[in-house]
Amino acid sequence: MEIAKSFLGYKRENGRAGTRNHVIILPVDDISNACAEAVANNIKGTIALPHSYGRLQFGADLDLHFRTMIGTGKNPNVAAVIVIGIEPKWTKKIVEAIAKTGKPVEGFSIEGVGDIDTIAKVSKKAQELSIWASEKQREECPISDLWISVKCGESDTTSGLASNPTVGNLMDKLEPLGVHLCFGETSELTGAETVCEKRGKTPEAQEKFKKTWNAYNDFILKEATDDLSESQPTAGNIAGGLTTIEEKAFGNFQKIGSRQFIDVLEPAEEPTKGKGLYFMDTSSAAAECVTLQAAGGFNIHLFPTGQGNIIGNPIEPVIKLTANPLTAKKMSEHIDVDVSKILSRQMNLDQAGDELIKATLRVANGRLTCAEALGHKEFVMTKLYRSA
Amino acid sequence: MTNTDIIIHDEKDNVGVVVIEKITPNQDCNCWIMENDKSAKIQSINEIPLGHKIAMTDLKEGDALIKYGHDIGKVVKGIKKGEHVHVHNVKTKKW
Repeated sequence: MEIAKSFLGYKRENGRAGTRNHVIILPVDDISNACAEAVANNIKGTIALPHSYGRLQFGADLDLHFRTMIGTGKNPNVAAVIVIGIEPKWTKKIVEAIAKTGKPVEGFSIEGVGDIDTIAKVSKKAQELSIWASEKQREECPISDLWISVKCGESDTTSGLASNPTVGNLMDKLEPLGVHLCFGETSELTGAETVCEKRGKTPEAQEKFKKTWNAYNDFILKEATDDLSESQPTAGNIAGGLTTIEEKAFGNFQKIGSRQFIDVLEPAEEPTKGKGLYFMDTSSAAAECVTLQAAGGFNIHLFPTGQGNIIGNPIEPVIKLTANPLTAKKMSEHIDVDVSKILSRQMNLDQAGDELIKATLRVANGRLTCAEALGHKEFVMTKLYRSA
Repeated sequence: MTNTDIIIHDEKDNVGVVVIEKITPNQDCNCWIMENDKSAKIQSINEIPLGHKIAMTDLKEGDALIKYGHDIGKVVKGIKKGEHVHVHNVKTKKW
């Protein structure tokens, strides 16, 4: 198949391109959620991104909080940002970092003002930004402006047989065209970790992966009270035929096709080594992982599922595919691409990869994903440890 | 093409995956090996649902279960060729 060389995206001030044109109301902390949601309710064309954290965090955990907030604001799928926090200092830090992209961003703090006056003031600004963003037009952008992240969920054996290799086939075809790619799920590579390590393109990338996986595994061994059999694989995985974490890991690993990764990213870290595949250190919980990848700057997501995970993200469109014919039938409203014909051998991986590329470009051009149409907006911050 | 009931990832694998809604006891199943496009046959012992695994050889306690050509766990209870393979007879080597 001849792959289209371009898509219709929103060109941003810093040279990146978005597949969406969101105006976001971003609360710095849990107690600013109410204000953010009230503003988004007042002003059409804006979305609030409520979450549970942002108070008394410290050290690496606080760094990750800021990186996620700032990265979400910087994402090219976001046209403009309003940041609301209880205190001015952290709010200002986030505003200043997002402002470096050149996009409109304004910060507000609630302390000494109260919710009601803050909501009134912010609503006026939000209305202005929403109307401004509504005039942005999609323009032709090279396919290399796509930054594609991947993560699978509610996997079963059909994921490893067909839907994950379909994503791998897409990666093999699109990487030469200059796209950025990202996979994560540190814990779900357990059992395949040495095979994955060897996919590092350089000795440095391999070493960094090994260190990252070891750190995660040490943490799991320290905190685990049993063999994790209630969590990994999940009850859904087991119902779908997956028996061990090793089996799940080798299935998971099919998503990168025959690619090599060029670097290992911290959670929510933006890649800086140019086009190609990156590994990001993330949890394997779907919403946490996709939130971190979106904060890393990825603008479209591919999500293979077996038993039927239903996740979406507020700023990064999540395209779901399945190879499980029962899931495709029973949960059709969640499935954007059905590749179950691979199992009956009426479709091969090459054809499935082409179908997924076509669907990805249509979504990049503006087609709503199933998750978007259903209103899935899971924004979940990763927290590393207890607050002070 | 004959219908495929079971797909095997790699020729070295000692399990295959059921890809039809279920296989019934004593069913003669057609298997397809993805790696080299070869075919194989096996007779099932149990009913096995879509996505679940079937043993392609006899396996004894302590044997490694091989899928994707790699070790994915240890056999904790003897398994006969054609039997259902899952959490009741295989455990992780990790964690």
